[in-house]
Amino acid sequence: MTGRTITRAQLSEAVYQEVGLSRNESADFVEAVLNVLSNHLVKGEPVKISSFGTFLIRQKGGRMGRNPKTGQEVPISPRRVMVFRPSHVLKDQISRALTGQGKA
Amino acid sequence: MLKSELIQRLAEANPHLYHRDVERVVTTIFEEIAQALCRGDRVELRGFGAFSVKRRPSRIGRNPRTGAAVAVTEKATPYFKTGKELRERLNDGAAAGEPASGD
Repeated sequence: MTGRTITRAQLSEAVYQEVGLSRNESADFVEAVLNVLSNHLVKGEPVKISSFGTFLIRQKGGRMGRNPKTGQEVPISPRRVMVFRPSHVLKDQISRALTGQGKA
Repeated sequence: MLKSELIQRLAEANPHLYHRDVERVVTTIFEEIAQALCRGDRVELRGFGAFSVKRRPSRIGRNPRTGAAVAVTEKATPYFKTGKELRERLNDGAAAGEPASGD
């Protein structure tokens, strides 16, 4: 485990190396992909990427929460959250790589 | 939306590129994220979210029906945390008691 953090920069570098677009265009493209994904999700619609996973929006109801420090009750308003459900392919791939276990 | 529809949309927005290249760009991005996670790295995309790996140690589980002890092997599983900007956009104007944005 290297514990590095990958950012947009490394993703655009990979696009530049693999596809051969210019560095600028690669960076713009990474941004464009994220924008299309976000705009779609904000509309409340799921995005399925095969062998990677699904991004979906869940509606959470309002409830009473509690400030754990003070014990004071605070209302939590209804909200939408995004969840990522990794595909089995991705889960198995990661489990195998990092623990040497999991389905082949 | 499926991956193919994502590619379609990006191809329409970039008519100067071959459809095949757009497809490779999208595939490269998700592959790069997957590979990073396989190395145990974190992928942080500001405004969108961050992918990381959570490790689940091996443990003794139980078959809930029979109560028999079963060994569960160590696992590593991907985890995603939504970024601040996207989280806020998801709830734009939806949150109760939020001051209305006016001129």
